[in-house]
Amino acid sequence: MTTRRIAVVSAGLSNPSSTRLLADRLAASTVRLLEGEGIEAEVDVFELRDYAHDITNNLLTGFAPAALETMLNTVVSADAVIAVTPIFSTSYSGLFKSFIDILDPDALTGKPVLIGANAGTARHSLAIDYAIRPLFTYLHAEPVSTGVFAASSDWGASGDQVAPLGERIDRGAAELAEAIARRSPAASADPFDPANYLGEGRSFGHLLGGLAGE
Amino acid sequence: MNDTTTTLNPQASAMQFGIFTVSDITEDPTTGRTPSEGQKIRDAITLAKHAEAVGLDVFALGEHHNPPFWSSSPTTTLAFIAAQTERLLLSTATTLITTNDPVKIAEDFAMLQHVSGGRMDLMLGRGNTGPVYPWFGQDIRQGLPLAIENYALLHKLWREDVVDWEGKFRTPLQGFTSTPRPLDDVPPFVWHGSIRTPEIAEQAAYYGDGFFANNIFWPSEHYQRLITLYRQRFAHYGHGTPEQAIVGLGGQVFMRANSQDAVREFRPYFDNAPVYGHGPSMEDFTEMTPLTVGSPQQVIDRYAGMRELFGDYQRQLFLMDHAGLPLKTVLEQLDILGGEVVPVLRKELAQNRPAEVPDAPTHASLVAAKYRDQGPQEKIPNSNRGDNLTGGAPYRETAGTTGSSFGVAATRQGA
Repeated sequence: MTTRRIAVVSAGLSNPSSTRLLADRLAASTVRLLEGEGIEAEVDVFELRDYAHDITNNLLTGFAPAALETMLNTVVSADAVIAVTPIFSTSYSGLFKSFIDILDPDALTGKPVLIGANAGTARHSLAIDYAIRPLFTYLHAEPVSTGVFAASSDWGASGDQVAPLGERIDRGAAELAEAIARRSPAASADPFDPANYLGEGRSFGHLLGGLAGE
Repeated sequence: MNDTTTTLNPQASAMQFGIFTVSDITEDPTTGRTPSEGQKIRDAITLAKHAEAVGLDVFALGEHHNPPFWSSSPTTTLAFIAAQTERLLLSTATTLITTNDPVKIAEDFAMLQHVSGGRMDLMLGRGNTGPVYPWFGQDIRQGLPLAIENYALLHKLWREDVVDWEGKFRTPLQGFTSTPRPLDDVPPFVWHGSIRTPEIAEQAAYYGDGFFANNIFWPSEHYQRLITLYRQRFAHYGHGTPEQAIVGLGGQVFMRANSQDAVREFRPYFDNAPVYGHGPSMEDFTEMTPLTVGSPQQVIDRYAGMRELFGDYQRQLFLMDHAGLPLKTVLEQLDILGGEVVPVLRKELAQNRPAEVPDAPTHASLVAAKYRDQGPQEKIPNSNRGDNLTGGAPYRETAGTTGSSFGVAATRQGA
């Protein structure tokens, strides 16, 4: 069976980062649940901090330096994306949005996404649903219904005792695993393949309009 | 009418080398001075004439409709340059096929073709300034459909004496004749420029036109994919082998005899350049893109290697005068380019160039391809009835000739 690929994008800025910690938990849980279904999955984890200068340069010049280009290709060709950002000033971080802004607007269309976010207090938890989810909806990605928010307190005894972080991670991961399992493995669409920009079996005459082809 | 049109054409050459300018008026970051529009326009004409003087083949001019750019009316400028040069081929980089009326493009460039004696071609592009679309009554989201439909009309206007047309974007035409007809009834050669769009490579291939990769803003791997696609589709549409497709490349260099001097002198211009300034370091940018800052030999080495990436090609243009570089510096750069770099590149790129790879297209080569050894024919109108719809053709069946020595052509029937 084809190995599925999950791209994890973590926008945490510190090192070690609790954003990354949450991202790793989400990824590990997803892979474990897929294994239970007999589906093998690989994970590529990217810390946006490592690409921060390249992302800025891409914004300024319009093209991605080689390392960033490789990373972008890995993300947009993955079977699913786990996207985790710290909440800054009630929304996703600026670096996270800059990363989204350099993606081709169609790049995430139809792609299952598991959203994660973290902040100092649980009072920011709705940012997932008023800020991050609409962003992925706009991109025509398919974020699973559970977004996982981790407040600092969730990492200790003072966290949510009724719906503890571990359970919420597993719930989001289960939804993502299910979304991956019910899809065919992602096929890469080469934008320079005439079948993709013209449509299968079509000719430039179709772009001109009214022609029946060659 | 019998000796001016074809004798002024540049010598046939495998490769054409030249410069292209975007016409930006930028502050010189080393002096804080910004030249006036008038000064920059005069400078551009000086540069074009100097390009010819140092042995370059092509001067190509951009089109913009907002400050700080001055070149809103390229054919006016190019015609003025044509009048003051003898060999130089005038082109554009680019002409906006999306927001210009294709009828006006057909007329303006046919005029330029006549007054320059065929020393012109043009490069079509979609433009990258969003507000130009609404300023000219268009919607940027229609950029690609505009490029495809407008060029289909332009192509027709230069090839059919009487055009009936109905499209999505332009008011319909009934019985329209674009005048003057192209010089020698041979349409200007067209390049299609694109930075990222496979449909434009497809368009160039479909018509058997040239494809120009700007090549200066993105890494080479990206343009390799576009050019490979164009070459494959050129063959797919039956115009020849992939190697026979007509490819042009942009480039960007700054040179001094000593490479450290080049780096030191160019850095403030790079760091403050409108397009990539305050972004990647000059070192990173020169590694990622064809920008080469160094000695003439470094430039030769880098650009002699282009055909390894893109195949043997026909035109190499360099961006030399942007980012506030003063006229004196740019003239010195042209001296080095024409004196030391291009002669070596001509030799190196001619080595092992397969015979099947076509020479760079010129008016003379297009005339030769159309008329063989019969000499070109020029259009002579019938007496004006003011009516293209009911009578016969608006032009005489027997065309006049410009090649007076060719007796057969003088009496040849039809065009």
